[in-house]
Amino acid sequence: MSIETLRYQDVNVGDALPELPIALTSSLIVAGAVASQDYTPVHHDKEAAEAAGMQDVFMNILTTNGLVSRFVTDWAGIDARITGVSIKLGTPNLPGDTMTLTGAVAEKDETGNAVTVEVTGKNAWGNHVTGTVKLTLPAGD
Amino acid sequence: MAISGTEREEFEKQLEAYVGLDIGLEDRGRDPVNAAMVRHWCEAMGDACGAYTDAAEAAASVHGELVAPPTMLQTWILGGVSMASGESDPRDKQKELHRLFDSKGFTGVVATNTEQEYTRYLKMGDEIRAKTVIESISEQKATGLGIGYFINTRSTFRDQNDEEVGWLTFRVLKFEIAEASASSSSEAAAPSRPQRLKPALGHDNAWWWDCVEKDELAIQRCSRCQALRHPPRPMCGECQASDWDFVFSTGQGTIYSFVVIRHPEVPGYTYPLVVAVVELEEGTRFVGNVLDIDPEEVEIGMPVQASIELVDDEMKLPVFRRAQ
Repeated sequence: MSIETLRYQDVNVGDALPELPIALTSSLIVAGAVASQDYTPVHHDKEAAEAAGMQDVFMNILTTNGLVSRFVTDWAGIDARITGVSIKLGTPNLPGDTMTLTGAVAEKDETGNAVTVEVTGKNAWGNHVTGTVKLTLPAGD
Repeated sequence: MAISGTEREEFEKQLEAYVGLDIGLEDRGRDPVNAAMVRHWCEAMGDACGAYTDAAEAAASVHGELVAPPTMLQTWILGGVSMASGESDPRDKQKELHRLFDSKGFTGVVATNTEQEYTRYLKMGDEIRAKTVIESISEQKATGLGIGYFINTRSTFRDQNDEEVGWLTFRVLKFEIAEASASSSSEAAAPSRPQRLKPALGHDNAWWWDCVEKDELAIQRCSRCQALRHPPRPMCGECQASDWDFVFSTGQGTIYSFVVIRHPEVPGYTYPLVVAVVELEEGTRFVGNVLDIDPEEVEIGMPVQASIELVDDEMKLPVFRRAQ
């Protein structure tokens, strides 16, 4: 990514982040589970997922977190530092669906140039993830 | 059915013994933080941030060198393939607690919340370990998934210098899987996307839905006074005759009235949702969704054209778009 990092001064409460649609495929769900070292069977084995009451393999939390973090740094740039994530999980992410990430700046705090972004990831069944990401941005020149 | 009476009391007493417990094991990363695992992660997530995978960009950034994505924190201590077997260290109190829930029928498990804080970004070579405490267990709750209990845990992560690098909490629901969803695996697969409510079909309206199946928008007509009516019903509101036939509509009309629904959102529809009463050119009115239009642009009197389309995996409905 060669986008320039946003500066603390450039960001205003209410600024919307560019929407990010994520095509939910079995490949993404399994790749995310494996890359996060989470081999809990429901994330890669359809039979195990069905036995747990789901219709197919579903996305693990680490992948959700990874996508949320990507969504925020795609917008904020390389010099942003994520300091915290707080999310609530809703409808599962299942193959064949699309999750669209949207977000906006909710708070700014000059101490440490901290910014809080509210994030929602929505699929056909409703909200998969809602929450906040805290980050710090460099001060402007 | 969920346990009750003295069995439940005894079970909940057993649960109390777990609150505040360190789960008894320290999870140690099997590999130090490394570029290969970071790259696999970034490829899976589609994350192209140079701080993680491009040494030159990372060096020029505030990070100063390659770092791991902060949300990878837990990855460094997870068990990998060994997790698939479901076997666990018998000393693991968290697993023991889950087995206790399983034994009482609360076999479902789903995480509902996580909160994480990162003290610093991890660098290549960092060696990570974590200790986990069972912070609390809720009272029995009736949830959308079934009856169950929420378990809150907190894991604290440290590096090779025993410095804290971050923490995370998880809120997990252990629940009794509802009969209907447990049996769904042996029956027809659940739909891949939300399905619309099906109409109740009967003698008075099934013919109309049959027409929709054949891509025709039918309008019922009184055989005596020729008045058109919709939705279908057995008697003419004008002359009370019960003989009827029908005509096919061209689907052309104008918006007579409309609303824009923004909340609450029902799965299976796209919001904001324009619902219009359309005055069909044949002379009766019809309620339908207006698609592919900015709700701000919808106006009373706007010409629209119906087409009959699949709105989910099975159901066809007339929908409207702005006429060209």
